[in-house]
Amino acid sequence: MSDQKPGRQKPMEAATRNKKAPVKLSREIQARLGQQLRAMYDDVVEQGVPDRFTELLNRLDENGNKGKP
Amino acid sequence: MPIDESVRQAILGAVPSLRAFAISLCGSVDRADDLVQETLVRALANIDSFQPGTNMAAWLFTILRNHFRSEYRKRRREVEDNDGHYAETLKSQPEQHGRVEFTEFRAALAKLPTDQREALILVGASGFSYEEAAHICGCAVGTIKSRVNRARTRLAELMAIDGAEDFGPDQATRAVLVGNDRN
Repeated sequence: MSDQKPGRQKPMEAATRNKKAPVKLSREIQARLGQQLRAMYDDVVEQGVPDRFTELLNRLDENGNKGKP
Repeated sequence: MPIDESVRQAILGAVPSLRAFAISLCGSVDRADDLVQETLVRALANIDSFQPGTNMAAWLFTILRNHFRSEYRKRRREVEDNDGHYAETLKSQPEQHGRVEFTEFRAALAKLPTDQREALILVGASGFSYEEAAHICGCAVGTIKSRVNRARTRLAELMAIDGAEDFGPDQATRAVLVGNDRN
């Protein structure tokens, strides 16, 4: 992926004493973003199926089953 | 049309996730539920083109996504609506978009370009593989991967900048964790 040449550091990395820290932080933030995204999504999923959709399927089903009790 | 019971169960099983996807796409619960309804009507009208044994959820997501995209393009022609305006609408009406704790996150999500937002949600929340997401969006797997990466990077920037008065790792992390409640 990286086009960085071996044995040569980019200026920013050379200037950073603990160059692992920013990467770790970034991963941490990404993980928390992922958690938040899923929490937001699952909040809706947990609401289940609103009645309007069950009723809609019943209605569409009945249209094709006229005469059926 | 008569609906086969297994088809009916598969469709109903996908509805909760379809709604979550639709809300994330369009930002409004009411609009999202209309979108889901239109999707189900279209799906049942074209149920013959569904291949039994394949993923019903992925098929429905594809229909919803394509329908949303064509509606969105139409609306953009009618009203000049940019992502900034959409984000403001979200912020001013948090009660319409689920729990308040997600308001900040939704606002940041809304600032992403649509193609990045949908890719991130499909892979990061709906649980589709990159391959399935690529199929749903009608693009290459590599395109989905790069959209997801760009979406994550941008979202991290938005959340950090939005929450950090004094920019630093702790504030940035805190902002991502809990959002903030300044008015």
